Amino acid sequence: MERNQSRRQIAVTRQSLFDQGFLDEQFVQLEELQDDANPNFVEEIATLYYRDSSRLINNLEQALEKSPLDFNKLDNYMHQLKGSSTSIGAKKVKAECTQFREYCRTGNGEGCVRTFQQLKKEYGLLKRKLEAYFQMVRQAGPSQVACRPK
Amino acid sequence: MATSTSGAAWKSGDVVSDQFPAGLRVLVVDDDPTCLMILEKMLRTCLYEVTKCNRAEHALSLLRENKNGFDIVISDVHMPDMNGFKLLEHIGLEMDLPVIMMSADDGKDVVMKGVTHGACDYLIKPVRIEALKNIWQHVVRKKKNEWRELEQSGSVEEGDRSAKPSEDADYSSSANEGNWKSSKKRRDEDEEAEERDDTSTLKKPRVVWSVELHQQFVAAVNQLGIDKAVPKKILELMNVPGLTRENVASHLQKYRLYLRRLSGQHQTSMNNSFINPQEASFGAMTSLNGIDLQTLAVAGQIPAQSLATLQAAGLGRSTAKPGIPLPLVDQRNLFSFENPKLRFGEGQQQQQQHLGTSKPVNLLHGIPTSMEPKQLTSLHQSAQSLGMNMQVNTHGAQNSSLLMQMNQPQSRGQILNDTASSHVPRLPTTQTIVSTGLASGVLGRNGITNNGRGAGYNPVMQNSSMLNFPNGFPLGSASTMSGLPSQGSFQEEVTSEVKGSVSFAASYDIFNDLNQHKSNDWDIQNVGLTFDASQQSNSIPSGSLDLVHQGFSGSQRNMPVRNQSNVGKPMYSIGDIGHGNAQNTSQHLNTLLGDNSIRIKTERNTDVLADNGFFPEQFGQDDLMSALLKQQEGITPAENQFDFDGYSMDNIPV
Repeated sequence: MERNQSRRQIAVTRQSLFDQGFLDEQFVQLEELQDDANPNFVEEIATLYYRDSSRLINNLEQALEKSPLDFNKLDNYMHQLKGSSTSIGAKKVKAECTQFREYCRTGNGEGCVRTFQQLKKEYGLLKRKLEAYFQMVRQAGPSQVACRPK
Repeated sequence: MATSTSGAAWKSGDVVSDQFPAGLRVLVVDDDPTCLMILEKMLRTCLYEVTKCNRAEHALSLLRENKNGFDIVISDVHMPDMNGFKLLEHIGLEMDLPVIMMSADDGKDVVMKGVTHGACDYLIKPVRIEALKNIWQHVVRKKKNEWRELEQSGSVEEGDRSAKPSEDADYSSSANEGNWKSSKKRRDEDEEAEERDDTSTLKKPRVVWSVELHQQFVAAVNQLGIDKAVPKKILELMNVPGLTRENVASHLQKYRLYLRRLSGQHQTSMNNSFINPQEASFGAMTSLNGIDLQTLAVAGQIPAQSLATLQAAGLGRSTAKPGIPLPLVDQRNLFSFENPKLRFGEGQQQQQQHLGTSKPVNLLHGIPTSMEPKQLTSLHQSAQSLGMNMQVNTHGAQNSSLLMQMNQPQSRGQILNDTASSHVPRLPTTQTIVSTGLASGVLGRNGITNNGRGAGYNPVMQNSSMLNFPNGFPLGSASTMSGLPSQGSFQEEVTSEVKGSVSFAASYDIFNDLNQHKSNDWDIQNVGLTFDASQQSNSIPSGSLDLVHQGFSGSQRNMPVRNQSNVGKPMYSIGDIGHGNAQNTSQHLNTLLGDNSIRIKTERNTDVLADNGFFPEQFGQDDLMSALLKQQEGITPAENQFDFDGYSMDNIPV
């Protein structure tokens, strides 16, 4: 009974991530890849993503402090961040990445800085949400894998 | 080209197997660990065999180490160490695997860039598993196309690879050859600093074209202009110690192929026509195939498939014949193995000389130089493999090299034609036959030039093919039989040339047929030949070289020279054969050259013309030989006679 409840809670939390636009379909793709061989695949990917992208965020941060801004470099970093963000289905982060690159293209330094702040916010927010979600999943046990709607 | 073997693997059965896409060997390259991990998981879910790699350079070295270890490559576009397009370019050049590019970038220009660089697909990140489930189709498609290409051109790599088994046999066939080979090998080793793992076998050494090296190469080519880039100049521009012209030439060839793939057929028809001859030099047999098919196919005048079928038919026939010691394939292999040398040695030297110093003499020089051990061996090889002993061989060799030359000036096709046509009436004692032959030759040349331009080849070919058959055979036999005066021999040659030249494609068929028919007799005879003859071959070269030189210098004295050489070496060893061929060819050249140079002031043109004449000659000779063969099969007592006969035919009239 309790277990069912936690499952339902997980499902709700998960759904809210989609409903609030944090995640997109790509996240479902990852969930579908989860199997006996990699029961925690999604979480592993998310962990990997945050480990790797924090490096990019740092790079971006430093690059944004430079004057004049090297838009090429910024765009390059952001492209990488966008690539991995998009791969885990981090919808909002991806949107910010796209926006940032647009500003890079037009040479809008101010826009870049502003978007980057927004990006960091979304990035951190998603991280917290995902962490909470994965923790719930972990606590609920391995059967939790099946919680996603088919 | 490189994937051909793995392709074969797929072709042979895997494609058919129920679990086909399972086990597809995929190399994933992405610097983004998250993407890489997801991709890996997705691909594994598709039951593919996945190798992941986070650096393009590493991927390249993986691919190089294990050329047949992968069926398809998926690569990110943006990577810090190497742009994905660069990687794509390299893979296209070196392995010719299907490559799927992927990027979060969905800009049209980026996607376009991927396509133009030869990517078989472009996936926008995030990559979905649905897209990956389908990627095996690229492998199949590629193999399919490749197979067709192979049939058309006798691909370089394939030849190389499959050459291995038969090589040994060749080596063992005669001690002398062994010597040649080893000396050649030594030379190669000296020359090629970056030689790779091939030292153990007497295989063509390879240079690893690193990214930097390739970039240097591309820069040099760009500086020269792709049409004008010849290996020697590229080599000079690159200025890389240890790199040989051969390396550059082979790379250039691949590069051109690569460019051709990129830029579609029309733009590159010039290039192609240039390329093809080069490929042609890979083997008289296959090269012929290659030439015709490729040039034509490239030019788009002949449906590739029909050609393929032609070839396939040819192949099928040859293999179908029982008791053929060396199936066609083997021959091809031999050739392709050796021909690089041929091509490089002769082809390039000649080429360069031709182009660089536009004297008619160049050609001649080119030949002598090319007669060094290396080339000789190649000649031998070609002789053996082709089974048309001396004449064919040298012709083949030289032809191929000549072909290259021919094609370079192709832009001046008009001139060529002019010279050719002008040549016709001027041939001293040309009899009607000859002139007709020449006319057809002109036709052929037209065809060639047209080919380069991609127009109107077909009609020409067909006509010429019509011409060819009649001309080639009757003429060959007639001239030989009746023992025409010295000019008669000319005619014979000329006609044969004509025939060859006429029917790039058409005579091609003939050629195939002939070969197949011949392959039985010829191979056997050749074997005998090589063994017997090889003994004498070593000592002779220098002399024959001189002879060749002489012959060249004095264009009218060819005949005597040739005679001498013949006399000196009544037994045609392989080496001799080579020489003999050289001589023959030189004579041809001379005659042609002589005529040309006298009448036509533009030396280059004369060269070209000579080349043209030459190239065809091969075909003609083949035909002749086969005809002779058939006639004399019963009569000739010993194996050597065969060559000899073929040869003496030429000599007698002189």
